[in-house]
Amino acid sequence: MDLTASPADEAFRAEARAWLAAHVPREPLPSLETEEGFAAHRAWEAELAADRWSVVDWPAEYGGRDAGLIRWLAFEEEYWASGAPGRVGQNGVSLLAPTLFAHGTPEQRARVLPPMATGEVVWAQAWSEPEAGSDLASLRSRAVRVAGGWRLSGQKTWSSRAAFADRAFGLFRSDPDAPKPHRGLTYLMFDLRAPGVTVRPIGRLDGRPAFAELFLDEVFVPDEDVIGAPGEGWRIAMATAGNERGLMLRSPGRYLASARRLHALWEAQGSPEATRDRVADALIGARAYQLFTHAAACRFLEGASLGAESSMNKVFWSEYDIALHETALDLLGEEGELADTAWSEGYVFSLAGPIYAGTNEIQRDIVAERLLGLPKGRR
Amino acid sequence: MRFLLDAEQRAFAASLDARLTAADTPSVVRDWSRGEHGSGRALWRKIADAGVFGLAVPEEHGGLGPRPVELVVALVELGRHAVPGPLAETVAAAVLLAGLEDTGPAKRLLPALASGEAMATMASEGSYALDGDVADIRLALAHDGVRLAAGHGPVSRSLDPARRLTPLTEGGELLGGAAPFGPAVDHARLATAAQALGVGLALLDRTVAYVGQRTQFGVPVGSFQAVKHRLADAKIALEFARPLLFGAALTLDPADIAAAKVGACEAAYATARTALQLHGAIGYTAECDLSLWLTRARALRTAWGGPRECRELVVSGGGRRW
Repeated sequence: MDLTASPADEAFRAEARAWLAAHVPREPLPSLETEEGFAAHRAWEAELAADRWSVVDWPAEYGGRDAGLIRWLAFEEEYWASGAPGRVGQNGVSLLAPTLFAHGTPEQRARVLPPMATGEVVWAQAWSEPEAGSDLASLRSRAVRVAGGWRLSGQKTWSSRAAFADRAFGLFRSDPDAPKPHRGLTYLMFDLRAPGVTVRPIGRLDGRPAFAELFLDEVFVPDEDVIGAPGEGWRIAMATAGNERGLMLRSPGRYLASARRLHALWEAQGSPEATRDRVADALIGARAYQLFTHAAACRFLEGASLGAESSMNKVFWSEYDIALHETALDLLGEEGELADTAWSEGYVFSLAGPIYAGTNEIQRDIVAERLLGLPKGRR
Repeated sequence: MRFLLDAEQRAFAASLDARLTAADTPSVVRDWSRGEHGSGRALWRKIADAGVFGLAVPEEHGGLGPRPVELVVALVELGRHAVPGPLAETVAAAVLLAGLEDTGPAKRLLPALASGEAMATMASEGSYALDGDVADIRLALAHDGVRLAAGHGPVSRSLDPARRLTPLTEGGELLGGAAPFGPAVDHARLATAAQALGVGLALLDRTVAYVGQRTQFGVPVGSFQAVKHRLADAKIALEFARPLLFGAALTLDPADIAAAKVGACEAAYATARTALQLHGAIGYTAECDLSLWLTRARALRTAWGGPRECRELVVSGGGRRW
């Protein structure tokens, strides 16, 4: 058992640090959830991609560096420590790309991944529907077979980034007669500007259009944009959820950097006794998440399936993130009420964490039933 | 980098677990609580035979140590089985004695610690020593150095009936002057944290088993979401404390050790609260074995640096390096 990075891993980390030091914008970009900010974040992705830093863990042929999980973790620590901007392409990179690597065709990977890596095409997810949230498999948006492809109709909602994104991916009911709700779903990609698509941005808590409703009316999708076999969508969408995707959705580097900033803020405020324990817990939680993720990455690299373990991850980081930002706002006193600060922006963003990507109630059910073996019951 | 236990370390944990299961530790704990130490001494020698205390003792004094990762592996198992006695103190005493400039005390005292013939307790000046009335070696961390205390003061009962607390008598043989206490205290803290994690894991296992068989309204209570979610939270807290513990064993950095102490003790204590609540009234009885772990979780939280002291160490040392 050891925590020592190899000289080659250290060299990789140093290279990342040097590149970031030379390239990270001096001034923070405008909010990602504004048109102007979205464009600025897209340009930043292109700058990262030009030197192959946007998707370091991907194969070189798609714009990555074949860095692997361990170096990805190091890159993320350096990335967030450097104060670099949030990642506008995160939905595509952490949700769609792993599915394409596992279930896409070579043609799909060659067509979809390179422009995802550069930010030229930004992806939104289209999972939830007005009547299908935690019970996602009850979704009703339809995919109807037509010559050369499918026609999509129905309504998706809470589609993160969709207000300004280019394309979306999600599940559609292609066989309404399938015996179980999980069967008969197909995983499709579609253009948010295609005829028949209406995007209605939704203001999140602070009014910024961080997500959108999507109305689909007979939207044509060619066969080449179906991932895997029709009817297999549920299995395909869930297959990567318990693997590296669960690990990579939120990297420890992000929280280590936030915890260090919180610690610095606390010291700058004169190290007040009243918040000391909460600041300590932020540091301890970041360290715990870092080490937990390292252990999980090592298990994964040795062939273990992480499975339901990623549900523990999700509950941990989402609640941790809120607690950390609450502590920061409390420390800031009167200033803590101000909008448009890095801390308040982070706070608003953190509040959604326990809700998206499978609510924490669903995650706790998974932990209790699959990891602890408790009997299933009514939700 | 490979931040995982290897096959040998996992096998070591499994074999200790098997030995301790066979030893019926709950009855040993109850004997110990009544002041009958025979079965505890016998168990202690079995643990020594498995090589546990030797992990803290350097090779030149008949041990295999120092092996902090294996020590943590072992102490998690000892905590899981609620083994009584001054475990963390014996481990820390071995580290302290081995680190003295004068090798005489180490040569004299360490072999008996490694073999399990002797138990050691240890206390800072003004603090309680665990099982000071039973321990064969009493080390006082005094202002002028490490002293071999000749005796102990009045015995106080702990919230955990299996722990008895005594001050050590002043004076005694000076084993080393101006000794660096830091590493010994850090080892005591790490060993306490490891036991706490084991205590939490045992409480979780027992409670999961209980809610699976206890039925109300015609179904196992473990099928209710309110019950499941409390246990899921306990599981998450314990699983995130575990890597803190092994990370601290690797770095032996005081801030890492303090973080591990907070993480493991908070997780174990929260699990104890959940375990008590989900057992209902039966869990609130001394008769139910659950009480052995419930009271231990509370006691370990305070031992060798409570939450406040450890968090202080984290904010003063940890943040910049992690």
